[in-house]
Amino acid sequence: MDDRELVDALRAGDESAFLALVRAHHGSMLRVASMFVPSAAVAEEVVQETWLAVLKGLDGFEGRAPLKSWIFRVLANRARSRAQKEGRSSPFSEFEADDEPAVDGARFLPDDHDRWPGHWSAPPPQWAEERLLTQEMLQIAGVAIDALPPQQRQVIVLRDVEGQSSDDVCEALGVSEGNQRVLLHRARSKVRAVLERHFEEPRR
Amino acid sequence: MTALLPEELTCRQVVEVITDYLERRMSLKDRTRFEQHVVTCVGCTSYLRQMKQAIALAGAAKDPVDAKAQDELLRLFRGWKEKK
Repeated sequence: MDDRELVDALRAGDESAFLALVRAHHGSMLRVASMFVPSAAVAEEVVQETWLAVLKGLDGFEGRAPLKSWIFRVLANRARSRAQKEGRSSPFSEFEADDEPAVDGARFLPDDHDRWPGHWSAPPPQWAEERLLTQEMLQIAGVAIDALPPQQRQVIVLRDVEGQSSDDVCEALGVSEGNQRVLLHRARSKVRAVLERHFEEPRR
Repeated sequence: MTALLPEELTCRQVVEVITDYLERRMSLKDRTRFEQHVVTCVGCTSYLRQMKQAIALAGAAKDPVDAKAQDELLRLFRGWKEKK
């Protein structure tokens, strides 16, 4: 179903269309909201309010941006104003610079090595697809994402879990494209490193 | 966009600019330098593949909605429908 058909189904009161939309985005919405507001209970309230605002705003949805981008923009606005009321600053008011390397420096030969400067000393092995696409690895990826610093988590949830475009994410979060890219890079690199550790463990 | 990368990249540099590459935020010259390194480097080829796999896995890692929340939202939907 494309966005236009989905919006028409929702306007017509189609419950299964609404539930499909909820299943697709509710979990990520909670993750994003919880980074603005002080408690899980408040995050749930904000997400509920967002769903109602989305339903009420359907007639005004023009389809210029994807529906999911619009939903997350409504969510970010609501979460931000709620955070203000609770006296919390926006999680993006200060950019959390973090200059950890993407890969442990010990994995590379020294930069003044005479033959292979800065080359892998222990090259990463290939990951078998059949092991990757298991429930276990999915769970590990989810835990790795939840363990990220808040800004990195928010960006990777919107970009890679939700599959939104960089422009839409920058607009929803009020962050520059460059900073968004740095956060995404840190987040993806860390998730990859966690997966690698699990791949290296012997199979149980 | 102008070239920012050295002519010959090290693997240590590749893993730091890989997101710029995947996001297509590199000048054509840098893109070429990046690709020239990767095609001749087994480790970086494998690393690039792992990054793509990690991204795909994140895309499949959605949190399930618990039944209670789903019921509440369905009530909200019905309430909205009636008021329309």
